[in-house]
Amino acid sequence: MGAYFSEIFLGLKSLGIGLGITFKEFFKPVVTVPYPYKTIKMSERYRGHIELVEDEDGKTKCVACGMCQRACPSGCISLASKSVTYEVEVKGEMKTKKKKVLTKYNLNFTTCSLCGQCVENCSFDGITFSKEYNLASFRKEDFYFDLLNRLKERNS
Amino acid sequence: MSGPISIQPGETFTLNVGPQHPATHGVLRVKMEMDGEYIVQAETVLGYIHRMHELMGENRTYPQVLPNLSRLDYLGAMGYTHGHVLAVERAASIEVPERAEYIRVLMVELNRISSHLFWFGAFVMDLGGFTPLMYAIQDREHILDLMEAVTGSRLTYCYFRFGGLYNDVDDDFIGAVRAVIPRLRKSLKKYAALVTGNIIFRKRLEDIGPISAEMCRKYGATGPVARGSGIDFDVRKNEPYSMYPEFDFDVPVYHECDSLARYKVRMDEMEQSLRIIEQGLDKLPDGPIMPKKKPKLIKPPKGDYYQAVETARGSFGIRIVSDGSKNAYRFKLRSPTYSNMHLFDEACQGMMIMDALAMMGSLDLVIPEIDR
Amino acid sequence: MDLTIFNAVIAVVIAIAFAAANAAYLVLAERRGAGRIQRRPGPNVNLFGMLQPPCDGIKLMTKQLMIPGGADKALFMVAPVLAMAPAIMSFVTIPFSDTIVAHSMDIGVLMIFAFASLGGMSILLAGWGSRNKYGVMASVRAVSQNISYEVPMLITVITVVMMTGSMNLREITLSQAGGFWNWNIFPVSMADGNFMLQPLMPVSFLIFYICSLAETNRAPFDLGEAESELVAGFHTEYGSMGFGLFFMGEYANIVIGASLITILFLGGWDCPLGLYPGVWWFLLKIYLLIFSFIWIRWTFPRTTIYGLLNLSWKILIPISLFNLLLTAGLLKVF
Repeated sequence: MGAYFSEIFLGLKSLGIGLGITFKEFFKPVVTVPYPYKTIKMSERYRGHIELVEDEDGKTKCVACGMCQRACPSGCISLASKSVTYEVEVKGEMKTKKKKVLTKYNLNFTTCSLCGQCVENCSFDGITFSKEYNLASFRKEDFYFDLLNRLKERNS
Repeated sequence: MSGPISIQPGETFTLNVGPQHPATHGVLRVKMEMDGEYIVQAETVLGYIHRMHELMGENRTYPQVLPNLSRLDYLGAMGYTHGHVLAVERAASIEVPERAEYIRVLMVELNRISSHLFWFGAFVMDLGGFTPLMYAIQDREHILDLMEAVTGSRLTYCYFRFGGLYNDVDDDFIGAVRAVIPRLRKSLKKYAALVTGNIIFRKRLEDIGPISAEMCRKYGATGPVARGSGIDFDVRKNEPYSMYPEFDFDVPVYHECDSLARYKVRMDEMEQSLRIIEQGLDKLPDGPIMPKKKPKLIKPPKGDYYQAVETARGSFGIRIVSDGSKNAYRFKLRSPTYSNMHLFDEACQGMMIMDALAMMGSLDLVIPEIDR
Repeated sequence: MDLTIFNAVIAVVIAIAFAAANAAYLVLAERRGAGRIQRRPGPNVNLFGMLQPPCDGIKLMTKQLMIPGGADKALFMVAPVLAMAPAIMSFVTIPFSDTIVAHSMDIGVLMIFAFASLGGMSILLAGWGSRNKYGVMASVRAVSQNISYEVPMLITVITVVMMTGSMNLREITLSQAGGFWNWNIFPVSMADGNFMLQPLMPVSFLIFYICSLAETNRAPFDLGEAESELVAGFHTEYGSMGFGLFFMGEYANIVIGASLITILFLGGWDCPLGLYPGVWWFLLKIYLLIFSFIWIRWTFPRTTIYGLLNLSWKILIPISLFNLLLTAGLLKVF
């Protein structure tokens, strides 16, 4: 008989404690951010899709070695380059040298898993993560980024 | 509460707790033969989210498989990556600097807390209380913000590398973790008052879903499911790896075998993880995070390598069979939830459907990890 | 003659308007209250979310009303109407103040409880008529819950009616006039000028409160709608306005339940200090009670079916029967 009443009483007391906690939370400030009206700044190391890095002249630092393309697990990077000859003065003589110049750098973001193998394997600091998170779209084509074009548009 | 009096054959109906259901936390199908509200027989059907991670492990080089491991159990991704990285380091004999190992343990324990917080919220939501889910997610946000500041991702971290880490932690991180720990402790007290002490919740979980130690051994259940039935097995203590021998922590074990015991095991594990994190912050040495001599191409010698780690759900094992080339020959993942889940078929016979679903919640299933 | 019919029609129209407006805007109040408890805003765009209920209503009305193949069409269509109509009709007898009552009936209490039982039938028809296993299971649970909790509710009401001596809701409220020490919830009351000590009245209040939570299928007793177990319980197969009617019927029932609690126990339109009674006190008390309903819903998990039935048959009914005998004995003595 005593157990019957004590169970009822203790049960009601535990319910009362629970109610007290939610009542206190009712008066605390809201923790959400009203998103389209206010945005949060992304952290320094946030991983958005990759972007090409420019040097002081506004040209890309990428030398088209293809390490990123080989390291990518999903094969989303495709790049192309062409050989360019140029003249440079060495010890008073004009010598012709060849170097590779990047002509196309496409990223298929639909298969990218943001693992960071490309950024880590680049030894020329040619690519880095951007801070883009606002990327919703209706078409798949919007996610095939032409990074060289984007670099040119950023610099113009 | 006990089983049905007698079941006439032909009077049962089949209820499909289908792939789309609010309570199954993923795409799991349970075919239940029901007699009114009582379950006569249940059969779990898997495979709705099979993504062939093991085959991908065979077709990619070792560094290229790293992102796959985070997608297995996305709530506790650090633990799985830890197992993978340790296995490959064991295979290729790569030395890991001390600082990197300490930071790995810190990250894994933080991830364990965030995984248990999410389980707590989803479990109480299954039982009908929607508010603790919101509180748990808000607490989890603090941890995810910390992880994002270091690694750049919130859920599928691809942070560990063979030999160490991708980038280092700075003093801001250490200060932020020290600030988060008392806040989490306060939250754990709040949950104890709001949820654990609540009489409705207790009535819902006490003596519900008994899983004996015998059944755990039969199915190979590990993790909080086994520890809630009295089996004292934790990979961190019984088969120590990484820096765990240096830490001082307890392994909570309860002997009541019901859902409340499994719940209490996980809540205590959160407290123990906080202890490990505090000790780790104090002991963190200075030094590099990647070894000086790192092989360019990882080609482990021929052999069979296995590494087991304790994740939030149990003992995760990864077995790599290498034939000397740059891809693995066989990449086997032993997922703890696969063994834990098959307990459900046998344990839920004769229970009411509400209790069966409460038991399923206490098993902490994450379906992508079962189907890999 | 014409004037009384005209009065009656106006009264009924106002009752329906009050019920509908409450049902619509209580949804908003619940969502905002739930949001604040969970430390998020709730609907707050466009005028603090006041446009949310009309937008929800328009959305529900423009959706396709699908009847599942093989469902019993008559039962399927009748069930939502049967959920909403009794609640609206019960508004006719509730006295908002001394002069504002649509039709003050001498058997007001009986009429309201008769209509409440009809509400239980709507759940049964909905679950059975939708030809859905989840629906049938949920409605079976909900009907057994409904029946079990009517018994202690009625016993407690009989206690109050015995003390007051009339079933007319207006008279019950008038007998509590004059300040909060006269209210039925407190142990000391003066019925008809006689001084009476009834120590278990707060217990009665608690029992009636729990029973009205259970009768309206609110958490922690919302097994009928058990959202996370049985998809959506008895209204799984209802889209568009069928769901809208169930929803509005639930909130109208909540307002009726809160009004009954204030009338029977808290003094209706009486001011706590007995100074300026009026309809605003009635509304204030109703809305405080509804806030407490919302508060309880978002704090506690759901009980099991046998826990719920145990609570009713093993705890509430013995205590309320004991209370009834005690009241009868004390009425004889004093």
